[in-house]
Amino acid sequence: MSARVQLEGLHKTFGVDGHAAPALSDVSLEVHAGELLCLLGPSGCGKSTLLNIVAGFLPPTRGRVLVDGAPVTGPGPERGVVFQEYVLFPWLTVAQNVEFGPRLQGAPAERCRAIAARYLHMVGLSEHAAKFPVQLSGGMKQRVAIARALANSPSIVLMDEPFGALDAQTREVLQEELSRIQRVEHKTIIFVTHSIREAVYLADRVVVLNRAPGRIKEIFTIKLPEARDRFAPEFTRYESEITRLVKEEVARVHE
Amino acid sequence: MIRTLALPAALLGWATVTYGNRALEVMNPALLPTPGEVAAVTVALARDGSLARDVLVSSGRIVAGFGLAAVAALALGLAVALYAPARLAVEPLVEFLRPIPPLAFLPMFLVWFGLGETSKVAFIAYTTFFPMFVAVTASLLRVDVMLLRAAASLGATRRDLLRRVVLPAALPGIVVALRLGFGLAIFVIVGAEFMGADAGLGNLIMEGRVFFNPAQIVMGALLLGVLGSLVNGLLVALERRALGGRALR
Ligand SMILES: Nc1ncnc2c1ncn2[C@@H]1O[C@H](COP(=O)(O)OP(=O)(O)OP(=O)(O)O)[C@@H](O)[C@H]1O
Ligand SMILES: [Mg+2]
Repeated sequence: MSARVQLEGLHKTFGVDGHAAPALSDVSLEVHAGELLCLLGPSGCGKSTLLNIVAGFLPPTRGRVLVDGAPVTGPGPERGVVFQEYVLFPWLTVAQNVEFGPRLQGAPAERCRAIAARYLHMVGLSEHAAKFPVQLSGGMKQRVAIARALANSPSIVLMDEPFGALDAQTREVLQEELSRIQRVEHKTIIFVTHSIREAVYLADRVVVLNRAPGRIKEIFTIKLPEARDRFAPEFTRYESEITRLVKEEVARVHE
Repeated sequence: MIRTLALPAALLGWATVTYGNRALEVMNPALLPTPGEVAAVTVALARDGSLARDVLVSSGRIVAGFGLAAVAALALGLAVALYAPARLAVEPLVEFLRPIPPLAFLPMFLVWFGLGETSKVAFIAYTTFFPMFVAVTASLLRVDVMLLRAAASLGATRRDLLRRVVLPAALPGIVVALRLGFGLAIFVIVGAEFMGADAGLGNLIMEGRVFFNPAQIVMGALLLGVLGSLVNGLLVALERRALGGRALR
């Protein structure tokens, strides 16, 4: 149920008004099967760009992405995506959004409904199944987007600040939920976040990117038990160590 | 509230002005028909059956011409939006013909297609095609690429993308295109029937002019308004359905 993702020498340069704007510079990384990898880095350093390349939405300028050894040439259902801007289908209800993937696979209506119900329950939106996206708050939309991606049972999930719009309590509940799912399903997850606490709580490894154009600054392996205690001394130690490094990078953005 | 009062208020305004003019003779009363006179003409023409015939003839021409143009605009719009070579072939031609006022071609339509039904239907179809084609194409091409990405990463094939993302996302724009086209069809039917017709509302208005019967002219115009707002109401209902969740705000 999980897959290995290899990034080999990824470069991405955007052409902006005839100027070359480098966004990623020589990113090589292997995401192990069943690993949850967090990406941290200053705003604009290329995290979303990296996810877009792995998702198959953008071709890299140089380098390539391999999934279980096969090069990525476009998007596919084995790589689920939770977008930073949610991107729900506005003409479908919440439940229909979540069912979208299973329906494409041709699952019978009954089963699709059951899947949608299960994932909506998981993100705490069962009562809102019949609403349309315009009727939801930002945090609710974000949870629908998470449910929609997971309901399609991808082996790889690319999550771009998926909890960014949530209040602290909901955020912790969903972190716990994701970590619980992960202990059962062992998906391969690339998870972008700005919260160092979140990264230390969820990740097997944390990758810190340099300021733009992003390159890998440091990789931390989080050697903590699967069910993590946010108040354990080791947890805090990782947190402050990574914080120091990220602060350094953010400070350099403003130089 | 305001909606339901707007029409009666307009009617009252019309009555005040025309009956007031009759009393005060600001201008020749024959030039400002009153609601009563228009009603009288309507009843007279309804009695001899010519009114029903005119309405039916014009509606038939509008529906046929508009329908042909709508089908063509949808088919070509889809081809152009989905297939780049079609776009390269069709767009320059459309952009050349589009700015030419269709009225300039009306005499040619009569020469080519005769004075009968064909010339009117063809003229309406020609005229309404362009704005519908442009609006349909724009709404198909402007579908948010993020929606396509979201669907593709859920396993959508090209076919799925068209059926489940592009069409529903573009549908509100397509319905607006139809509304524009239908409005224009009502606009040009009069011109087409002015140029030579034996029946239809445009013909009725022309007769009103030739036999100096302003009440008949006003009646023809009002009937076109009724026809237009009936169909527009239908299309607005369709638009609301097409909007689905997006209509709730
Ligand atoms: N389509 C594009 N065209 C041109 N430049 C782009 C495009 N997409 C991203 N960029 C640029 O690439 C850089 C990286 O952007 P990206 O969205 O990947 O940053 P990010 O790390 O996700 O930032 P944030 O944390 O704010 O979401 C930025 O400088 C951005 O301006
Ligand atoms: Mg981003």
